Amino acid sequence: MKPSGRVRAPAQLCAALLYAGLLWASLAAAIDATPPLPDPLLQQRYYQLTHELRCMQCQSEALADSSVSLAADLRLQVRELLLAGQSDDQIRDHMVARYGEFILFRPRMTWRNAWLWAAPTLMMVLGCVVAWRILRARARLVDAEQPGSNGDSLLP
Amino acid sequence: MNRFLLPLAAFVLLLAVLLVGLKRAPEKSILPSPLIGKAAPHFTLPNLFDTTQPVTTAALQGHWSLVNVWGTWCVECRAEHEVLLQIKQQARVPIVGIDWKDKDEDALSWLAQLGNPYERVGTDRDGRVAIDWGVYGAPETFLISPAGTVVYKHIGAMTLEVWQREFLPRVGASASPGA
Repeated sequence: MKPSGRVRAPAQLCAALLYAGLLWASLAAAIDATPPLPDPLLQQRYYQLTHELRCMQCQSEALADSSVSLAADLRLQVRELLLAGQSDDQIRDHMVARYGEFILFRPRMTWRNAWLWAAPTLMMVLGCVVAWRILRARARLVDAEQPGSNGDSLLP
Repeated sequence: MNRFLLPLAAFVLLLAVLLVGLKRAPEKSILPSPLIGKAAPHFTLPNLFDTTQPVTTAALQGHWSLVNVWGTWCVECRAEHEVLLQIKQQARVPIVGIDWKDKDEDALSWLAQLGNPYERVGTDRDGRVAIDWGVYGAPETFLISPAGTVVYKHIGAMTLEVWQREFLPRVGASASPGA
């Protein structure tokens, strides 16, 4: 039951064109349509901040990528705070004071979450200890089975 | 025997972590507000009913009050409206409404149609006050102590069950109807 290539081709072509069109449209219509800030450096910081602050309504999106009105309001606020001369940290604090640490995509290290930051290192140390113990036990097993093979063996 | 002890302990630990995660999963979609225990963020908003008298944080001083963030565009707000009317009837805690990103005429006709549970309503047209209050979706309801401190926040539609379980015990016997 092989479908005829001649029949399928137009449908596939249409689908491909439609897909390409949608892709192009999504790239062309940026969500944040506001004009860039006067100073390129400020614009750079604006870009950075709106990409590392979370849209609280659609929690896996950044402010910059979200089309909901709250995200637009928060982007406006970031813009105003930048123009008012606030530092990146001041703006982050401003947002955290209202929405909590969750608004930061990159959580900050505090005493409360320090153990989480340390966890990978701890896990690695633990893994090394376990691996070392297993290897040592195996080596002993080999020694015990072949007493003659190892001159250091304490076994008679 | 010793060789089973460590894996068993690890398994039990993993089990405990997963169980706690499973139990707490429903709470995870509801984010704790950093405002709890702090002074209610200051605001001055145009009054929906009386343009000469703005609604300010002063309306929250001296008695327990609820701050309810709503909008006529919000489906859940319609769902909780009946409950707000019942809370008003109990006359224990006055409700201050913040009409968020809405139109005056829509808000007025909504309240005329469904009844008005609010002691006063401030209109937050550009959403700045909502941001100061850490609002990320309507409806949200805050409980404010007589000293003007945020005591509790409920996200989503208010129900009588939530009112009785979370709000009334916090208000306790000290509640008196506002001025």
